[in-house]
Amino acid sequence: MRAQLDLPRRVVFVAAASMVAVVALLLGFILWRGLQLFVADGIPVSIILNPTWSPADEPVSFGILPFILGTVGVTVVGLLISTPLAIGLAIFLSEIAPPWARRLVQPALEVFVGIPSVVWGLMGLTVLVPFLRQQFSWVGFTVGFSWLAGSLVLSMMVLPTITTITYDALRAIPLEQRTASLALGTTRWQTIRHILLPSARAGILTALVLGMTRAAGEALAVQMVIGNRPTIPSALTQPVTTLTSQIALDMGDTVSGTPWNDALWTMAAVLLLISMSSVVLIRLLNRRRATP
Amino acid sequence: MTTATAPIRRAGSRRAYRADRVATAVLWALGAFVMLLLTAIILHFVIASIGVVSPSFLFSDPSRTSLGGIGPLLWNSIYMLVLTMLISIPVGLLAGIYMAEYSRDGFVTATIRFAEEAISSVPSIVVGLFGLIAFVDLTHWGFTALGGALALTMFNLPLMARLTEQALRAVPPDERAASLALGATRWQTIRHVVVPLGVPGIVTGFILTAGRIFGEAAALIYTAGLATPSHYDFFNLNITDPRSPWSPFRPAATLSVYIWNTNGEGLGAFVTQVLNGSAAILIAMVLIFNVGARVLGRQLTRRLTAA
Repeated sequence: MRAQLDLPRRVVFVAAASMVAVVALLLGFILWRGLQLFVADGIPVSIILNPTWSPADEPVSFGILPFILGTVGVTVVGLLISTPLAIGLAIFLSEIAPPWARRLVQPALEVFVGIPSVVWGLMGLTVLVPFLRQQFSWVGFTVGFSWLAGSLVLSMMVLPTITTITYDALRAIPLEQRTASLALGTTRWQTIRHILLPSARAGILTALVLGMTRAAGEALAVQMVIGNRPTIPSALTQPVTTLTSQIALDMGDTVSGTPWNDALWTMAAVLLLISMSSVVLIRLLNRRRATP
Repeated sequence: MTTATAPIRRAGSRRAYRADRVATAVLWALGAFVMLLLTAIILHFVIASIGVVSPSFLFSDPSRTSLGGIGPLLWNSIYMLVLTMLISIPVGLLAGIYMAEYSRDGFVTATIRFAEEAISSVPSIVVGLFGLIAFVDLTHWGFTALGGALALTMFNLPLMARLTEQALRAVPPDERAASLALGATRWQTIRHVVVPLGVPGIVTGFILTAGRIFGEAAALIYTAGLATPSHYDFFNLNITDPRSPWSPFRPAATLSVYIWNTNGEGLGAFVTQVLNGSAAILIAMVLIFNVGARVLGRQLTRRLTAA
């Protein structure tokens, strides 16, 4: 009996291992295509730090820096808006909200997560962008499509992600820590600030890294509101562009094997490297905690 | 907590007490803000879709000269969802069973878990680009519904495996022990005891992932294609005919892809209406999937615990 082949075990193992195969193929294919710009087209690697993107007009230049900086800029400003809101909301849900409020806000957050990216983009395009153009043209929002519009849309999209993970981190803190602190005569806010938030630090950082990854990889909603101008980002009021936006726009219009098309694959490889490093970063952040 | 307030008030300085009240007010305001925002978003689309969304809007063909409908796009969204679920449910379920019931701490499990996390963090547009290489170019299929469904499966799979694993790990070990003590094999125990007990959690989780798939667009634009279908002949049941709406080997732009693709084409009067109506449908589906998952999960739990 013992020597018999455990067929179900084999089958479920293959299903689980298929995920490893998928990751390996994905990394292999994208990185290989991403390298063609340097290998097949003979363009130096330093092009990544070149600020000029001019793929069609002479002199041709495939500088990727505007896209990298655009992605970084839109993501960072988006997180700056989102983080205080999200952490505050998580504290509210975990420490302050009475049960009825929690029963209301938690399902709302679940719906928030579910709102498709293109719906956010459409809202940005039909509500936010015209609003910025009409009400704030005096600050410099001449077209409405702007860095800030992209960041605002992103901040809404990552809000539930950061909130949920921060909330989980706060709930994981034993009740005794709260009661011990309160027994010393502190106010609830002092307990939150000096006891709970420091204890939840690893969880909150994880939430921020995940939010950042999601924001940097978000494509369509950002593309719809950001104006897609391939210049080094200089003002929140002006159109900029991101790695994902340019890929979404140009991949279908360029011929495979041309340097222009290869440059888009290089951008995809950069995105992939960003997301892989975030996985590693989250692992390092949570190293001390037991694995599930 | 009310009984605890008095001593705190005495012990803390006046400033600390004021800070506490301000913080509490701000945090309440945040909670209210999120609720208001969500209500505003939903109301915006409800109002924008008044006079647009109707049965004929849902089922008729798109038109360039009048309001028209979104029938073929909605069909594609549902078709892609079903196709993706057909592929990813069995694989995700089996992978989850492995992780919950068979995996042992070690290099293999750690690698699988790393892969799980890695795919979840890859931007969906990059998954779409992988699909472009693997399911469009290498297979010579061109843009197909099947290619799109495979791309969707890729980032749905780790989520489903994780959800299954969590649901199965929540099944009390006593249930397994009792079954094994009766002489059942490990697989019989999993099939007839563990998985049925995990079903409520699994079903709830899977429906929520369905909502995500329904709204996804970035992974589809370069795998299932962008071209808006003008008309489908549903009596054409020949699934090898690329013109048949039942065929997996045809381009299949979905509702979400349509919303994105239209944004670049300049917004005419009808177009804005159609887009808002389409977005309202997407939001309605998210709400339906959410409520459905909750209700179904609760009912399954009740039925299983009563039986």
